Amino acid sequence: MEKSEEHKIVSFKTYIIILFLLITFTALSVFVTKIDLGNLSIIVALSLAGLKSLLVFAFFMHLLYDKKMYAMMVAGVVLVMTLVLIITFLDYGF
Amino acid sequence: MSNSKLPNYLEHQGKFKGIFGWIFSTDHKRIGLLYMYSIMSFFVVGAILGLLMKFELIAPGKTIMEAKTYNAIFTLHGITMIFLIVVPGIPAIFGNFFLPILIGAKDVFYPKLNLLSWWLYIIGAVVAISSQFMNGASPDTGWTFYAPYSFKTQSNVLPALIGAFILGFSSILTGLNFIVTMHRMRAPGMKWLKMPVFPWTLYGTAWIQLLATPVVGITLLMVVAERVLNIGFFDPALGGDPVLYQHLFWIYSHPAVYIMILPAMGVISEVIPTFARKAIFGYKAVVISSLLIAFVGYFVWGHHMFTAGMSGTSLFAFSFLTFLVAIPSAIKIFNWMATLYKGSILLRTPMYWAVSFLFVFMIGGLSGMVLGALAINVHLHDTAFVVSHFHFIVFGGVGFAFFAGIHYWFPKIYGKMYDAGWADTGWIVFFFGFLLLYTPMFYLGIAGMPRRYYDYVPEFHFANILSSFGAFIMFGGLLIIIINLVRSARKGQKSEENPWGGKSLEWTISSPPIVENFEEIPEIK
Amino acid sequence: MTENSAHDHYDHEGSKLGMWLFIFTELLFFGGLFIVYAVMRYKNGTAFGLAAEELDVSIGAINTIILLISSATIAMSITAIQLKKKKLTIILLATTLILALVFLVNKYFEWGAKIEHGLYPGSESLHQLGHGEVLFFGLYYFMTGLHALHIIIGIVFIAVMIAKVQNEKLNVDRYVQLENAGLYWHLVDIIWIFLFPLFYLIA
Repeated sequence: MEKSEEHKIVSFKTYIIILFLLITFTALSVFVTKIDLGNLSIIVALSLAGLKSLLVFAFFMHLLYDKKMYAMMVAGVVLVMTLVLIITFLDYGF
Repeated sequence: MSNSKLPNYLEHQGKFKGIFGWIFSTDHKRIGLLYMYSIMSFFVVGAILGLLMKFELIAPGKTIMEAKTYNAIFTLHGITMIFLIVVPGIPAIFGNFFLPILIGAKDVFYPKLNLLSWWLYIIGAVVAISSQFMNGASPDTGWTFYAPYSFKTQSNVLPALIGAFILGFSSILTGLNFIVTMHRMRAPGMKWLKMPVFPWTLYGTAWIQLLATPVVGITLLMVVAERVLNIGFFDPALGGDPVLYQHLFWIYSHPAVYIMILPAMGVISEVIPTFARKAIFGYKAVVISSLLIAFVGYFVWGHHMFTAGMSGTSLFAFSFLTFLVAIPSAIKIFNWMATLYKGSILLRTPMYWAVSFLFVFMIGGLSGMVLGALAINVHLHDTAFVVSHFHFIVFGGVGFAFFAGIHYWFPKIYGKMYDAGWADTGWIVFFFGFLLLYTPMFYLGIAGMPRRYYDYVPEFHFANILSSFGAFIMFGGLLIIIINLVRSARKGQKSEENPWGGKSLEWTISSPPIVENFEEIPEIK
Repeated sequence: MTENSAHDHYDHEGSKLGMWLFIFTELLFFGGLFIVYAVMRYKNGTAFGLAAEELDVSIGAINTIILLISSATIAMSITAIQLKKKKLTIILLATTLILALVFLVNKYFEWGAKIEHGLYPGSESLHQLGHGEVLFFGLYYFMTGLHALHIIIGIVFIAVMIAKVQNEKLNVDRYVQLENAGLYWHLVDIIWIFLFPLFYLIA
């Protein structure tokens, strides 16, 4: 067991910048759906949601600063969930 | 090396006295035994339910019960066996008892959470079983709770759903505990690839417990919402989709069978090398195939739904993926056989169970391949063939592995030896009864006998007689085995610390182990 | 101030791993509902779009921003405790908690308005509207309701953390519980990040 571990201290400034980005993306997704882009609207809105959650995972939840193992686990879980969703849709989309 | 003056875990007296020293204990060994005693008790109940079913099926027409009663009995039999026995089963009993010891640790990472897991198990079991005793009829949906019947029937489905939900938490917390334990508490020098196979299988299992169980949890909640709020997700009258229920249900329940079988394979992977006096053949292949089974197992659930009305693409994909997942399982069989080859075989009770495991597991697995073939499945779905398949692979797999494990580890757990004569007699009677009980069902299924029916056409009578007699014989064998284990635990002959010449860490400590397992945490070279 | 005694079982990384594993279970738990949403949306695209018009995008957006800010404040509270700024830590945690309560209040009014208009699971008015609407609102109540339950649990969690920072059970040498509370809160935030477009932005 490690005796002393360096836990990175993330600056307040970094968090504020990320928050600003998150709010911007939120506003953007509202704006985009006010324009009628048909199916594209929801794809853009969801992509922005994905981007926002990536920022939360990486910065707020420290995945960027912690051991790689955590990020790999998150990626693995997201992969399994995505595959399950896709395979379920084989029964509906096709 | 381990002539300890410290009290062993059975005699140790902590904060609490008597029974409270057990049901409030955070010692992983006591918790493992708590699970074993509760699980074995529920198993006897489930077995009696099965026996009642076989009584009914011994002749066409009504024999001892009405059709409605039969439906309630197979429902409870399924709920008991699946949620109370084989899903918790080996991880809860042998995982709890031996995982920390096998990796050189004093306990699991979260001992109090471990105790909570057992309490949730008991509470969930009580809630589920209360469905039998409340006002109203016993649930008759089958353990699968298919919509829309599960929310239309007036029977006591709600307590069964809630009980299953609570049991799910127990499973999730155990999985979580084991993963952190293996990541953080391996002894110095115990690298990942130095762990024995059984911990690796527990690791794969733990991830399935963690990731798959929540899906059935939310699905059961959705059925509760259907019953209580009329929410409509699975109700065609409201635009819902009953097949979507099946998808969500099996997205858990298929990986659940890997929760059942992976640890069983782990136990066999400990027993066979010990009694062949040879290291397991292809350790890395066994580890990787275990993890692969866990991973690929997430994507095959649709093979339970081949006749539900899925799209052509879906049918093809699931059949293909099902054949894929068989590959890592088969790899294991080769590894176990190769371990036996040119080994110096010691024939003892655990080995009889392990070798007969290979036989019944193969039959179960191969019959699974038959069912995985789309064109054949159309004829065999919901017939006795399916019932035979899953009893061979789940009962044969988990059950035989459990009996192998309990005889293997008996001297370590109790410091006493079981009576081998009675144990071996029990084994042979059980094995014979098992085969007689389930083999005719393959024939019956192909001939067209449906499952979950309390009646059948006269042509099927003879095969059913054979099968029901097999049940009685098997039950007899079960009694011999269990009585022998109980008597030996109380009055068996004192055992030496390593009667089998095992090579893993549990054989280096005292029998029974001291509370902290090791006097000093070992360093692995 | 804090010694590493021989019996100290404090394992920062292990505790963090445990929390992440719990988060995975939550992702899969909500994941099941997202699958139901995806399938129902696919089969009832137009009806879902129509039903979504009943929801107020502004309230949804405000609630989204509230939660994002609360995520930032709890993240900053960890920096604060690492810098030994006890008072700032508590202020940031209290801010998080207040924002969470505001979110719940908004939700309460939102739901209240819908229920007054007869739009709730099992209602006659809802059934009159048609299948797509029934499914949309069923999912809306179920998913935002389950989410709100998690917010309530989070509020309790944060309150406990405030108490522990106050009596210094949590400090610069032992703060993994605070990190874990943060992880839980960010998860609750991420779920809402997806709920927002799926229910409010598809009109």
